[in-house]
Amino acid sequence: MRLQQVFTSYRPTKPPPGPGTFPHGVHPPERKDFSLDAPIEVVPPPKTLKLPLLQHVGQPCTPLVKPKQQVAFGDMIARGEAFISASLHAPLNGVIGKTAMTTLPNGRHVETIVLNSEGEQITGQALWDDIFGGEWPKKQYQAIEPQMVSDAIHAAGIVGLGGAAFPTHVKILPSEKKPIHTLIVNGCECEPYLTTDYRMMVEIPDAIVSGALLAARAVGASRTFIGVESNKLEAVEALRLAAAGAGIQIAVLKTKYPQGSEKHLIKGILNREVPLGGLPADVGVTMTNVATVAAVARAVVRRKPLTHRVISVTGGGIVKPKNLLVPIGISMADIIEYCGGLKKTAARIVAGGPMMGFAVSSLDRPITKGTSGITVLSHEEIKKETETVCVRCGRCVDACPMNLVPTKLAMASRLKDLNLARQYSIMACFECGSCAYVCPAALPLVQLIRSGKAMVAREGKK
Amino acid sequence: MADFSQQKTEAVIHVAPSPHIFNIETTTRSMMRDVLIALLPVLFTALYLFRWSAAKQIVICLAACLVGEALFTRMRQRPLALWDLSAAVTGVILGLSLPAPAPWYIGIIASFVAVGIGKMVFGGLGMNIFNPAMVGRAFVMIAFADKMAAGGYVDPDRAVDVMTQATPLTAFRQGGMPVELSDLFWGFSNGSIGEISAAACLIGGGYLLLRRVASWQIPAAVLATVFVLAGGANLMNLNSSWTVWHHFFSGALLFGAFFIATDPVTSPLTGRGKWIFGIGVGVLVMLIRTFSGYPEGVMFAVLLMNACTPLINRWTRPRPFGSW
Repeated sequence: MRLQQVFTSYRPTKPPPGPGTFPHGVHPPERKDFSLDAPIEVVPPPKTLKLPLLQHVGQPCTPLVKPKQQVAFGDMIARGEAFISASLHAPLNGVIGKTAMTTLPNGRHVETIVLNSEGEQITGQALWDDIFGGEWPKKQYQAIEPQMVSDAIHAAGIVGLGGAAFPTHVKILPSEKKPIHTLIVNGCECEPYLTTDYRMMVEIPDAIVSGALLAARAVGASRTFIGVESNKLEAVEALRLAAAGAGIQIAVLKTKYPQGSEKHLIKGILNREVPLGGLPADVGVTMTNVATVAAVARAVVRRKPLTHRVISVTGGGIVKPKNLLVPIGISMADIIEYCGGLKKTAARIVAGGPMMGFAVSSLDRPITKGTSGITVLSHEEIKKETETVCVRCGRCVDACPMNLVPTKLAMASRLKDLNLARQYSIMACFECGSCAYVCPAALPLVQLIRSGKAMVAREGKK
Repeated sequence: MADFSQQKTEAVIHVAPSPHIFNIETTTRSMMRDVLIALLPVLFTALYLFRWSAAKQIVICLAACLVGEALFTRMRQRPLALWDLSAAVTGVILGLSLPAPAPWYIGIIASFVAVGIGKMVFGGLGMNIFNPAMVGRAFVMIAFADKMAAGGYVDPDRAVDVMTQATPLTAFRQGGMPVELSDLFWGFSNGSIGEISAAACLIGGGYLLLRRVASWQIPAAVLATVFVLAGGANLMNLNSSWTVWHHFFSGALLFGAFFIATDPVTSPLTGRGKWIFGIGVGVLVMLIRTFSGYPEGVMFAVLLMNACTPLINRWTRPRPFGSW
């Protein structure tokens, strides 16, 4: 290696220009200990998978298979034909069952392909090696065509695995209209309890770095940051090692909820504000989650589709909290059984984390591409005071990361005063739950604002 | 194995919208309880200095406010919410804002007006525009002018020393010698039973700020404004024996800045709004003290700024993140 090369690769990097945090926000208890140190385990293949045709934002995909048809691990079983859609692939060898309907964690009823396991399955360590094992190249991918990365992502059916489930090929796309200068990979995982991203950063940092480089190449970004909260220093260390010399900077952010929100992470790292109602692309940024870029690496380097994902099974109501690599479509019941079942104190089962996750009413729901975990909360953990009246203490105003006035928005929603709601920018609320978390009067602020947003959206359509 | 999940799920699952966890350490009730705790130093100095007269006023107002709350919620056919302690806070603050010699019926009338007209007619806790305790006090101040004005504070027959003197602000207006600053600070002067000890108000106020029950902006703005205005007046007339410190430690300034102006219901929501509110209170206090017929103006200043609060809230609507 020539001296100059050594010099450039060891040059201390400039710290990110942002303040490393954002104004307002809250500090809910982190409670990551349940599953923090549990290495990712591979779940044995279940008998049946339920694969909803709409697990993402956008249009449902179109089935390519008929009942009783044999499929192999990795086969495409439904194609995302619309631009904003994502294809679906078989997570194991088996036979297609009768088409069914399932209810997604968010309450939507969706047509679903049922896949019954049949024949030999690749499992255990072999499955792990197939998905995350081996070498992940980290050279600057100058030879790879940006469009090729986007096409590979499209073919693999990858969506945002952080929870939003927005089709990734739409985001990771070379764009001339809005040039992208910075790629930010989101490893904040600010939701309490969840340790999915943390475990992936600790265990497979190479795949994440590889995927980040590919994604940066695809969007044409000249800078890449991986943002991690300061309560995950082990992950920071692992990523720094993996990213050494790759031109990726690890940005450590203050631990505060919701630091992992797209707009607030951009504020923290770059000190830029995404305009109200705008997208990160408006400030030249593309953002994607660490689990998503790991899937991107697998799609581009190994030409393998998204069939499995990592989830945390955690909370005070589960017998053995774990981090798991599961096939998409596995039922929550199968997972909870694998984790030793529910404790007697279990009171609420949440798809996702406790701040923004959806409580489910039945365990036969499948894990979808966007499910980042199952949080089983005990009676003690969901304790809430009796609702009283708003004394206008202003704590919600101090908590709101969007700098809104939640109590005013809730009142406007309650009175169905849509003009007032719009005046106070109700649509800027992304339902992070900070206001309801702090409210001394235990008002259902998020619920009220959500209904107000729905009313405003309905009126807008008319 | 399917049975396993069925069986267990039916027993436990509750569904509710997010978020699923809450900060249950700070509740409406805990905030009210903190106000009562913060009032303890004031209460003790009042009991020490005014003995039974102070106990009488506070017990009468507390009891009358609780009875009033019960009565009026019953009339409105609403669930009784004495446990939220808001009526108790109104009662104690009202009692502390009365002169020691005031007759028993003044406390009772003030309490009923405070709870009934100050709070309930607007729709109960959280809906009122004016600080209930100050509404009650303003009512009796006008209705019983002789017993509530300067003269009402003085009772030459009492065994308690301070009650035989005029209040410092009144004494000064009548050209008398100002009281020693140290007496004002520790509370050895006449006045409403809760306002006389600056030290007690500072201790209790500090506790409120530490617990983040009262927002720091309001007392900071009130005191800074009084400091600037009184300090300016002081500089223009260096011979005046009534200094900026006399303004600070006399009358209800500290009691009002920490315990009355900070009532969240009747003060603005945002930091900027709280500064405007506090500055307004400070300016009005100085105007009333200097130019009006009343020696003290904290009560009217707070009530006037309460009336401006909805307007201030509208002016200081925060700028949503990402908008210009």
